[in-house]
Amino acid sequence: MFDKYLIVDDSLRNLPDGSGFAFEARLGYYRGLGLSMVEELAVTVDGEEIDRAAVRFHDGGDALTMDDMETAYDRRWEFGAKATISVVRPGGLAQGEHTLDLREKLRISYLPFPSFNSDSKTLSVR
Amino acid sequence: MPHQIKRGVSLYSFQEELFLGQMTIEDCFAFAASIGATGVEVLPEQNMPGFPHISDADVAWWKDTAAKHGVELTCYDMFLDTKVRKDRLMTDGEQVESIVRDLRLCNRLGIRNMRILVFVRPDILEKCVPYAEELDVHMGVEVHAPWHMEHAWILRTVEVADRLGTGHLGLLPDMGIFNKHYPPVWRDRFIRQGARPEVADFIVQQHEEKIMAEYTIYEVAVKMQGNKAEVGMAEMLRHTPYSNPKRIKDYIPYFRHIQAKFYEVDENLVDPSIAYGEVIPALIDGGWNGYLSSEYEGNRWIQDAQAVDSREQVRRQHLMFERLLTQAEGAN
Repeated sequence: MFDKYLIVDDSLRNLPDGSGFAFEARLGYYRGLGLSMVEELAVTVDGEEIDRAAVRFHDGGDALTMDDMETAYDRRWEFGAKATISVVRPGGLAQGEHTLDLREKLRISYLPFPSFNSDSKTLSVR
Repeated sequence: MPHQIKRGVSLYSFQEELFLGQMTIEDCFAFAASIGATGVEVLPEQNMPGFPHISDADVAWWKDTAAKHGVELTCYDMFLDTKVRKDRLMTDGEQVESIVRDLRLCNRLGIRNMRILVFVRPDILEKCVPYAEELDVHMGVEVHAPWHMEHAWILRTVEVADRLGTGHLGLLPDMGIFNKHYPPVWRDRFIRQGARPEVADFIVQQHEEKIMAEYTIYEVAVKMQGNKAEVGMAEMLRHTPYSNPKRIKDYIPYFRHIQAKFYEVDENLVDPSIAYGEVIPALIDGGWNGYLSSEYEGNRWIQDAQAVDSREQVRRQHLMFERLLTQAEGAN
């Protein structure tokens, strides 16, 4: 329902320590959701699917891996809130434009199937 | 005879602007008051960061801000995360505990109606009734498309309420159950996604004729070899029941609040899809004296192509309500 707003414009950047890159994202849902119900944050950059183990979620608390999120019962991704998603990738991304895809898979209790929300944007590395 | 129906707004209506930080909660209160609405429905999990840990100061802010703008808090939309864990569903005890948590916050906010998600089991709600009675909150099971007022699942809640003789469990209809005409904003988006206009017209016409969704889906998917957008457009027919508006008054004893779902009200102040022109006279006839609480859900259908203006849509819906209420009053 908010697909086109998932990836935050102008938010792509390389991490200062050269360990990877990061961008900001929002949750594609009309309320906040406990992190344990965010099943997948699938990132693709320039057509290359990023390994799930290389993805981290940052909301101001400790950075979480996708595995950590599965049991993060007491933390929420608030409605409309920008969180940072980082990717471990030594050297980061080359300067210039990159096409970034994000697919969020959410476990919504009242739906019989998972909720998938996707966005694709071309952003320049800052 | 003057009608007793009140006009309200759900914060759900402003999800586009709230999500993007273009409106604040207080802006929503002020806007509701500006169009003569007297009630605001809240979604704590959307509108109250930090949920479920809401301080007394936060509760006071909500009450004070509503009072400042001359509106009352009408309804609390709850959620139930039965799938919070990946390895198992919540136990029955955990489900009751979660609902009681919401009942308590609802009571602290001074709200007497709670929207219960339609998937919550009636036997779980039965266990919550003593708490709802103690906290004086009416639990209304949301009658949301594709369910409808007389769906067997909905009637299970009616049966529990009757058996217990409680005034704190019942229904809460969402007007999306009166989907008489295929919403033009849905059709237009499927066309932008690649549906051929002639196939879109066929689907719209099938709904005009009230043909069972499964027939149309088969026609489009198999016989016409429809593309993804066309099949998706046909499959939405599963979510467009047109319930009989005349029957709503039979269920008025079971509800305390109404969610006035809509996808669009046009510049002539007509909802091209939901049969408010038939529902409102039936509500007046049945003596309904609660709220019609606007629930605008058009944003997700147009945001790919145009700017969303939820305020304008809600304003138009309220002007439409005023017109229909006046007309129905005159006819009585």
